[in-house]
Amino acid sequence: MTLTLIQVIVSGLLVGAVYALFSSGLTLIWGMMNVINFGHGDFVMVGMYTAFVVMMWLHGGAGWIGPAAGLLLFALGVAVYYGLIRPVMRGPMLAQILSTFGLALFIRYTAFWIFSANFVTLPEGALGGTINLGGIYLGMPQLIAGIVAIALTIGMYLLLTHTRVGSQLLAVSEDRNAAMLMGIRPDRMQALAWGLASAAAGIAGALMAAIYPISPTIGETLALTAFVVVTFGGFGSVPGALLAGLMIGVVQALSAYWFGPIYRDVAVYAIFVLMLWVRPQGLLGTA
Amino acid sequence: MLGLMWRGLLVGSLAVAASAAVRADDVVKIGSIYPLTGVAASAGNYAKQAIEIGEDIVNSPHPGLEKLLLGEGKGLPNLKGAKIQVDFADHQGNPSVGQSQTLRLITEDKVVAMLGAYQSSVSFSATAVAERYGIPFLVADSSAPNITGRGFKWTFRPTPIGTDFAKIYSKFLTELKAQGTKVDNVAFVFENTDYGTSVSSVVSDAIKAAGLNVVAMISYSANSTDVSPQVLQLRDKKPDVVIFISYTADAILYMKSMKTLDYKPPIEIADDSGFSDPAFVTSVGNLAQGVVNRSAWSMGPPGSPTAIINELYKAKSGQNLDDTSGRIMQGFFVLADAINRAGSTDPAAIQKALIATDIKPDQLMMGYNGVKFDETGQNILASSYLIQLQGKEYVSVWPAANATAKLVLPYKGWE
Repeated sequence: MTLTLIQVIVSGLLVGAVYALFSSGLTLIWGMMNVINFGHGDFVMVGMYTAFVVMMWLHGGAGWIGPAAGLLLFALGVAVYYGLIRPVMRGPMLAQILSTFGLALFIRYTAFWIFSANFVTLPEGALGGTINLGGIYLGMPQLIAGIVAIALTIGMYLLLTHTRVGSQLLAVSEDRNAAMLMGIRPDRMQALAWGLASAAAGIAGALMAAIYPISPTIGETLALTAFVVVTFGGFGSVPGALLAGLMIGVVQALSAYWFGPIYRDVAVYAIFVLMLWVRPQGLLGTA
Repeated sequence: MLGLMWRGLLVGSLAVAASAAVRADDVVKIGSIYPLTGVAASAGNYAKQAIEIGEDIVNSPHPGLEKLLLGEGKGLPNLKGAKIQVDFADHQGNPSVGQSQTLRLITEDKVVAMLGAYQSSVSFSATAVAERYGIPFLVADSSAPNITGRGFKWTFRPTPIGTDFAKIYSKFLTELKAQGTKVDNVAFVFENTDYGTSVSSVVSDAIKAAGLNVVAMISYSANSTDVSPQVLQLRDKKPDVVIFISYTADAILYMKSMKTLDYKPPIEIADDSGFSDPAFVTSVGNLAQGVVNRSAWSMGPPGSPTAIINELYKAKSGQNLDDTSGRIMQGFFVLADAINRAGSTDPAAIQKALIATDIKPDQLMMGYNGVKFDETGQNILASSYLIQLQGKEYVSVWPAANATAKLVLPYKGWE
């Protein structure tokens, strides 16, 4: 195995970790409430602009971008739950789908209005530069994103399996009425789920702002990848999203390197279709 | 037959109406369509401001610009000093709106010629209306090759197009080779829609014809989330020259990934677009030091005509003049000059003057080798400078005669 090939795989893994990071919020909301949030990519975009505002307009340090985006998006998630999701949950399925779709457009065009269509970026090296491990280069922002993705996955797992709040969250997602009879307030739990999932999207966005140029339409590109990652990993499974993200990252990198970049999505979607055929519930999903 | 007669009648009556005696205080009206709203609104409004500066230069004196076309500022001397007036219309980036606005300007505003239109698709459709009505249409900036060459008699285009860029790059590289720089192996990295595929194909043909090798043609999607495999491919192939044909987001991502993976080619050339976006220079300009780009506009030393024009434009728009707005302003001057040489507002006389156009480089604000139209209406002397990113700005480095700074090789990237 040549050094370049190792580099291709390492780069793929790092990109995959970023995919996993911004997909985790989407899978969490599905797992908790069986709602698909079409605005997810745009939540990530808001996280990216939060990082931009903190660093460029408020002159805050890079250490603030994650917490700021996490808090802001937590609040946005809770507000969206009470203001939009709770009312439409009573309506037909179609209303739920279209409401988050409308939310996505609303957020996107608000961003156009505030930030214009021009691309912006964080200052170069905002999250550190490059590490050279004997000829293998690791981008610091990607590395941080990867570590946070893994930490987030473990954190979510521990929260759901080892805490009282976690059990309550699971109880509500299992059977809302039964949970209510046990003295759990389902509204609060679902608002919390939306808050946590949105905060995860926000932190992902803040970290990705150091890697990608920011524009109001970036959410569109990211959302598609997130849906593939989540379906591949199994809807509702956070560890599944991590595994799927890493796999997709490596498959894309290798196919782009061997066959050329225009074939990388062909390879990914071919595996995706094959996988749905063999295991429709996804890697770690439950049928 | 009836239609033909009607058309003849219409053209005739337009000509009669237009060629009525022109007095000194008269104005000659030309129509202009640009995207003043819609996605390309910012480019359209810069275009409008550039044309308005052009109008001002023709109509009132500006010391230092006398050498340029109509730079004396005395209106149109051959039309008894008549002032030129531009009627603007908004086509919203929509080809059918472009057609209807062209029709309105010709039939209601009675303009004697048309100028436009930024998007190639709009220029393509609007020129057809002007052709039908026998009104000259000057395409100042759209570069899709198929706008000319449809047998149109009333379409003229001074701007350089893809084939011109190909000539420029291959000439530049062969000149470097003659000086002993190694440029034998060239790699292309291009986005995979019409722009990237068409430009890369004409440029790579020219490169091969110049006796150089094309070692990689890497096409990718402009909304890719990751470009590191492509950068690693380049690192494997070790080309002497990499030519990028990219939009903005992907250009930024490439520069960042090349930094992360510590890869720099000895020579890096970028074809305008993404690399010329002000957002590119502000965000990753410090990672792309020494990238060679193209532009027909060069600001020139202080006090030069181009520097004076830039001052006028900056005072109005708040921005330095860019290549696109510059080509549009140049188009306006070429058209105004033709009307003046025609000495008449008869569209047929203006068409005749346009066909006879032979403008020398020193009369131009842009870096063309002159303006002379072939039978399709395309300028055969269209050309571009090469510019290089040095510090926070692009400076003109090639050809040597127009250079304001020395070409610095190899490519530095970051440092």
